[in-house]
This record gives sequence, C-alpha cells and structure tokens, in this order.
Amino acid sequence: MSTITRTPPRPGRIEPAALAAVWLREWTVNKYFWQSRTFAAVVEPVIMLLAFGFGFGKLVSHIAGIPYIQFVGTGVVATSVLFSATFSGMFDALYKRRYQRVYDAMLAAPVDVDEIVTGEVLYLGTRAGIYGIAPLLVAFCFGLRPEPAMLLVPAIGILTGVGFAALGMLFASFVTTFDGLSYAISGVITPLFLVAGTFFPLTRMPLWLRDAAQFNPLFHCVQLVRHCAFGLHPLADLGHVGALVLFALLAWQLAIWRTRARLID
Amino acid sequence: MYAAPDSRPRADTTTAIKLSGVVKHFGSLVAVDGLDLEVPTGTCFGLLGPNGAGKSTTMRMLTGQTIADAGSLSVLGHELPRESKLARARMGVCPQESNLDIDLSVRAVLEVFARLYRVAADDRDRAVAAALALAGLGERAEDRAAKLSGGMQRRLLIARALIHDPELVLLDEPTVGLDPQVRQELWSLIVALRERGATVLMSTHYIEEAERLTDHVAIMSKGRVVAEGSPRELIAHYAGVESHDVLGSPQELEALRGRALADGLATRASGPALTYLHAETADGSLPTGRRRAATLEDVFVHLTGEYVE
Repeated sequence: MSTITRTPPRPGRIEPAALAAVWLREWTVNKYFWQSRTFAAVVEPVIMLLAFGFGFGKLVSHIAGIPYIQFVGTGVVATSVLFSATFSGMFDALYKRRYQRVYDAMLAAPVDVDEIVTGEVLYLGTRAGIYGIAPLLVAFCFGLRPEPAMLLVPAIGILTGVGFAALGMLFASFVTTFDGLSYAISGVITPLFLVAGTFFPLTRMPLWLRDAAQFNPLFHCVQLVRHCAFGLHPLADLGHVGALVLFALLAWQLAIWRTRARLID
Repeated sequence: MYAAPDSRPRADTTTAIKLSGVVKHFGSLVAVDGLDLEVPTGTCFGLLGPNGAGKSTTMRMLTGQTIADAGSLSVLGHELPRESKLARARMGVCPQESNLDIDLSVRAVLEVFARLYRVAADDRDRAVAAALALAGLGERAEDRAAKLSGGMQRRLLIARALIHDPELVLLDEPTVGLDPQVRQELWSLIVALRERGATVLMSTHYIEEAERLTDHVAIMSKGRVVAEGSPRELIAHYAGVESHDVLGSPQELEALRGRALADGLATRASGPALTYLHAETADGSLPTGRRRAATLEDVFVHLTGEYVE
C-alpha cells in the first residue's frame, strides 16, 4: 500500500465524495436486507389501502367525485413515504450511533457530521419515494387512470421522504434507547398520519384542525399526489411544494445540529 | 503518495502531533488537565496510563470527535479542530471499542472506507487487496464481518485504518481483551507499520506492549503526563537497575512502607508485596526478598498509584 493516491478533502463543505461513500455504505447494506425492507415498506401500505378501500369503501362510495379506493390509494402514497422514511431515519440512525457506532468510525475518516446526515437523508428519502409508488400501482388495479402528471409522484415522494428521514434522524438524536422513540411515534407521527387528509377529507373536520393541517408536511404531500392524479392546481401546488421544501430544509438543518451535538463531545 | 498541496505539513515536519495546555471537561469531571505532548514523526509513541487517565479522550481530540475546552492541538501541521478534516485524511484510527460495520462483508467494509478516505478510483481495488493481505483475511473477504472471530475483527479494524496508507496511525488500546496469540499477531502488524515509516501513537495499559513496541512513552495520570521518555530512560530514572520485592501481610507491608518513606527509599505497592525501587543503591539494609531487574511496570505503578479509578 505504498503508492495509494488520495484526493484531499475540502473542509467546511458538503462534498460529493463523502456523500457517495455514505450512499455506497447504505446501498451495500441494502443488498443484504432489501427483501425484508421492501416487503415491509410495500406490503404494509398496500394492506392498508385494501383494508380501508374495501372496509370504508362499502360505506363511502365517493369523496368529491372520486371513488373512495382511489381517494385512499393516492393518500396512502404519502403515508408509505412517511413510514418508510421516518422509521428508517429513527431506527437506523439510533442503531448506527448508539449500538453499532458506525458514525464514530466514519467521523474518524475525513467525513463530517453534515455529510453523514445529508448522505443518509438523501438515500432514505430516495428509497421512500420509490417505495411510495407501490400503492399507486395497486390503485391502478382498482380503476385509477394513469395521468402524465403522475410521473411527478416519485419526485414528490423523494422530496417528502428527505424531510421525514431528517425528522426521523432528529428524533433519534434526542434518545438513547429504542423505547425512547415511542414518544415520537405516538406523539408526532400518528397525529401527522391521521390529520393529513389521507383516509378522509379535511373539509369535514373542525376549522382549527384544518388550519393545523397546513403545518403538516404530509398534508401537502397528499394534496400534491392527488392533484397529480385528478388534476393539477398550479398555484396551490407551488405552495405545497414550497411547504415541503421548507420542511425538508428545516428538518435537515435541525438533524445536523442535534446529531452533531450527540456525536461530537 | 499524497497528492494534496494544501494538506502537506506547513510547519514543523519533525513533529507529527503537538498538544499544548490541552484541557477537556465533561461536566465536573476533568478528563484532560493541561496536557502537553509532542510526538516526533516516524516514531512509535506510547500513551501509557490506567483507566480514566485521559488516553481515549486525547485520542478522540486528535480526530476532532472531542473538542478541547482550552489549549492548542496540531496534527501533521494542521490546527485542530479547524483543519481536522485535512488531518483525518492523512491518519488512520483503530478505536478501543469495535465500531466495525458488522452488517457488511469484509471486502465491503474496506471498500466503503477506501471511498471515505478518498482513495483514487484507480487505486481502490489495489488498496483493498493490500489491506486484506495485511490483515490475513483474503480467504474471508466475502464473509460478513459479524462472522469473524474477535481477533479477526480487530485485524480488520487495523486494516481499515490503513486502507489509505496513512502517515499517522492512532491505535487506542489495540489489543485490549484479546488472547495472547492474537495480541502477538497484532504486535507484528504494528512493527510492520513502523518499518513502513508511519508515525504510530498507541494508547495502552499493557506495560509489556509499551515496552516491546514503543520508542517513546508518556505516562498519563489524571489527565496529565507525569513522565516521558524512552522505556529504558524511564526505568533508569524512576526505578534504577534493580527492584526488590518483599512479601508480607498488609500490616507488615504498611510498616515497611512507612520505614522506607522515613529512610528516603522509593517503593511501590505490588499486590501482596512491597517493591523497593533503585534496590542496587540500597546499602544491604533491605528486608529479605527477591531481587530482579527493574521494569516499566515498576515505573508505571510508582507514578500512577496502585489503585485506579
């Protein structure tokens, strides 16, 4: 190993070489676990879609002129992204930080905390965005008509997934045991999941809850996916994209700040 | 060969590591207390001290994973923590506790770290092959790291630290918890490192390890260096040529210790015995006991105390 050539790092920057190394690690781990991870990420929302679609579908045939199973099918895309990104962000980050100490190993190399967090949330967000397509494909089997705008759904899923993966890493940075994540799941994730217009329209809910939903990133994701399927509303959709970008940036910065506080004494 | 003009040592190339007045608190605990240390380039330098002496905190400060509250740190000419990333690119680290990515195969662990250390794409396969050969894990390259024995995992940790041919290697208690055969294998690895010209900073509380492998030793206690020199110099200065062990009951040993103190004789506790240092200078008045050559352990216990936190 006497003539190994290295490229020098650049301090104070998020470097593509570091992100690529973080991605390579995630991708390589994924080669071992992709079957179980994909099963959980794809089958769970599909079961949810079928259960709600066939269950409530018997009681509610249409919402705003849309067959209920198609209404739910487009909403479940968002919940699939939420669960895949947030749970991976929380559990993977805590496992790697506290038990496997992989972050410690990486930080001894020329990689900084912001590069680790950025690489991981980009990877988890991308994966969640891809998994989010599954419920949409199932909804096609129940009569949802493919539309050109639906090609935007993976991008919407990735943007939302990046934000929720960062939120998951942020939650993980506050706790030292897996049990501690229960507060985040019950106190934050479940309310976000229920007040997003996924399974029932927010128009039937109290005004204050409708106002609160504006601060729920999942609501904006649901609206965008529905609009891709049933007709875009350009101005409103720009607002939804803006809300998701803002959420992703905020969660990303907070995740870096808190993870750094955990990893650097 | 390191192709980075901005990351070359800018100042003193004869000093790989320099710490001046470094202080680190964790709450009310003072882990490092005004530490001064200079590690000459190309040497194998031992940080010797009991548990809690501040060795691991010092190691973490050198990688920028712990930030000093006061003092200055310089590694390979880079000021820390500001230029820590540049310094880390040129050093390899083997931690005390394993932080191997046990989900990955042996080869994948090395490939990931070759990328993290920015090994050029053309050199990566060669670097991985060389690291596998160094660790003697060529035949286990495709096995998951979790399936390796403790000794093999430790060798993989060292190979991972060397994947980019670093100029400086930090080994934090590299052989702790290993059986004697594996420990000797790792000693051979460390000797090979020295022969390649790398600077090695090794923390250990195994006296024999420091005595065998290091050119220079700093003994740490309570966050400070209490003595420094080559093992031979330290033994000569603090323990002399010969030591004299006297067995006895705790009461007898306590009485002997008091008498030695009154007579100005240096002693150290040695389990069920009291050891007189510089025994060759005693005038024959020492109690009946066993005479032997002085060792670094005599110096270590004399300076850091019998009981450790």
